[in-house]
Amino acid sequence: MTSWLLRRLIQALFVVLAMTVIVFLGVNVIGNPVDILISPQADQAERARAIIALGLDRPIWEQYGTFLWSAMQGDLGKSFVFNEPALRLIASRMPATLELAVTAVLLSIVLGIPLGLYAGLRPQSLGGRLIMAGSIFGFSLPTFWVGLMLIMVFAVQLGWLPSTGRGQTETLFGVPWSFLTRDGLAHMVMPATNLALGNIALVLRLTRAGVRETLPMDYIKFARAKGLGPARVLFVHVMKNILIPIVTVIGLEFGSIIAFAVVTESVFAWPGMGKLIIDSINVLDRPVIVAYLMMIVFLFIFINLIVDLLYTVLDPRVRLDSRE
Amino acid sequence: MTHTLQVEGLSTHFDTRAGLVKAVDNVSFHIDRGEVLGLVGESGSGKSVTGFSLLGLVDSPGRIAAGRILFQGGNLVGLPEPELRALRGNRIAMIFQDPMMTLNPVLRIDTQMMETVHAHANVSAAEARTRARDALGQVGIPSPDERLHAYPHQFSGGMRQRVAIAIALLHRPDLIIADEPTTALDVTIQAQILAEVQKLARDNGTALMWITHDLSVVAGLADRIAVMYAGRIVETGSVTAVLDRPMHPYTAGLIGSVPSRNRRGTRLRQIPGMTPSLIDLPEGCAFRTRCPRADAACARDPQDSHPTADRTLRCFHPHLDFEA
Ligand SMILES: Nc1ncnc2c1ncn2[C@@H]1O[C@H](COP(=O)(O)OP(=O)(O)OP(=O)(O)O)[C@@H](O)[C@H]1O
Ligand code: SF4
Ligand SMILES: [Mg+2]
Repeated sequence: MTSWLLRRLIQALFVVLAMTVIVFLGVNVIGNPVDILISPQADQAERARAIIALGLDRPIWEQYGTFLWSAMQGDLGKSFVFNEPALRLIASRMPATLELAVTAVLLSIVLGIPLGLYAGLRPQSLGGRLIMAGSIFGFSLPTFWVGLMLIMVFAVQLGWLPSTGRGQTETLFGVPWSFLTRDGLAHMVMPATNLALGNIALVLRLTRAGVRETLPMDYIKFARAKGLGPARVLFVHVMKNILIPIVTVIGLEFGSIIAFAVVTESVFAWPGMGKLIIDSINVLDRPVIVAYLMMIVFLFIFINLIVDLLYTVLDPRVRLDSRE
Repeated sequence: MTHTLQVEGLSTHFDTRAGLVKAVDNVSFHIDRGEVLGLVGESGSGKSVTGFSLLGLVDSPGRIAAGRILFQGGNLVGLPEPELRALRGNRIAMIFQDPMMTLNPVLRIDTQMMETVHAHANVSAAEARTRARDALGQVGIPSPDERLHAYPHQFSGGMRQRVAIAIALLHRPDLIIADEPTTALDVTIQAQILAEVQKLARDNGTALMWITHDLSVVAGLADRIAVMYAGRIVETGSVTAVLDRPMHPYTAGLIGSVPSRNRRGTRLRQIPGMTPSLIDLPEGCAFRTRCPRADAACARDPQDSHPTADRTLRCFHPHLDFEA
């Protein structure tokens, strides 16, 4: 167990290192921040001063060295725009994204699993077919389009739900949260649904496929031959088996939801990391972009680790020690 | 005296896209307390479907189309699901064909055993555990207390089948349906398990229905035999009577195809032809296309006859002419 964890951490370290190189180089190729950050009216001297102040005059490998050195001390540079440590900037926007992502994941669990169970148990029924047909929309409609439609119907036409921002927040552990107030919750409904849609479809289909695959197994028939009731058979014997792929996918999707909250946050002007990164890309605020990408890498590695751990809890056949 | 199990004219049909499959067709037999009935037949002859019919566990699109299943005098056909469930694993237990598939891979042995206890007995968890442990000990699993905590994949095939047998024995059922439980195991383990189950059934006065395609297994184990061909029982009788003086041409063919010591050196006779597809069975006797004694009369359905008091036979031209 510990040796497995150690091995995983070393692997993770290499992944992070590789990512720093890729991210740093990638960001230096998209454009020259000097043109954007310094007004065109500025004279040569002013330009030169700004370039030196931002460290943009030194060769790329040196910039990378500095970047890596400070990164190891938790300093990913200051935002050109906000003149604030990039990491702190990201961290301050993270709760907004996290509460949106967690809500979206919860939605895909509480809607996706029951719908998938139903469609799996009654594949021929009208309900089962409708669910499957509906899930195709969840997959194929583009997020931004669904977001705009939601706004048009529920905010513009019906006027039921607010469409921009986080609404009223309440502070908990020194962080403002929307889900603690009625107004904040109302503001979350549309963006969270928008973000969850693809995932509901995914979880639903996985659940249905799992049920269809598990039901004909001998051990299910044996469970019934033992005299167990349908609830016990479904929620223990079937569920415990299909939870393995579902947990894996939900775990991995959680990372993607955070990474791709970009679109939803832009549509609903939700002040999270996604909106911040779009704004930063527009002005080529390199430290923020780098900090954001690094944050996402860390998040994915962390989530993968958790998923692997959960996996071993759910599936007794997987032993951490014997795995490479 | 009422038989423990008396099956009368049982028909189980599968309504498939390709046509109506009469997997079990007008089958009658009975088993008494403490008696072992061997149900013998080639692969696909409907042995398992017969077993599942008794428990009301026929998979869709299958259904019991006709007949009565009298268990201790009461008819199980048409019994509401909760009443059937109260019998399953309690008064009637089943052991499945493939031990590698019968236990749920993600649940511990104690879970799978204790849930069976709790399905039919209102006892404490401690009591359920004690019963589970005792049952494991009874079927010869060493250090049952520790093994309770194991998962199925930590057992060998033979040990898994013992666990399945232990589960079947938990409530001291009146009838055990053993569906080729030793076919997947190697010969020595097969012999051990046969001997043990026979002893357990004798000791508890359990009626045992032993399904197999292997005549040599039945010879050493069963009191009576029922031979099944293409969904029908073609011959029944005591083991000695049927094996020594097979009257039905199919039974005779089966016995001729088994290697035996006192016929060493002679060629094994194979039954010519193939098992017919159950969808388009020939009119009349299903064995007609392969039978050496077939004639025009066999184009009609043969009816049950009773050449001696304890035998039934379904054939127009049986071997009645034995030169002692
Ligand atoms: N779910 C099903 N759908 C359609 N037909 C089925 C189904 N289950 C069984 N059958 C039919 O019933 C017939 C009998 O099957 P069964 O499993 O009882 O055979 P068996 O005698 O147990 O054979 P084996 O020795 O291979 O286990 C099969 O030939 C098959 O055509
Ligand atoms: S009824 Fe005719 S075809 Fe069928 S087994 Fe008897 S002799 Fe053969
Ligand atoms: Mg079978």
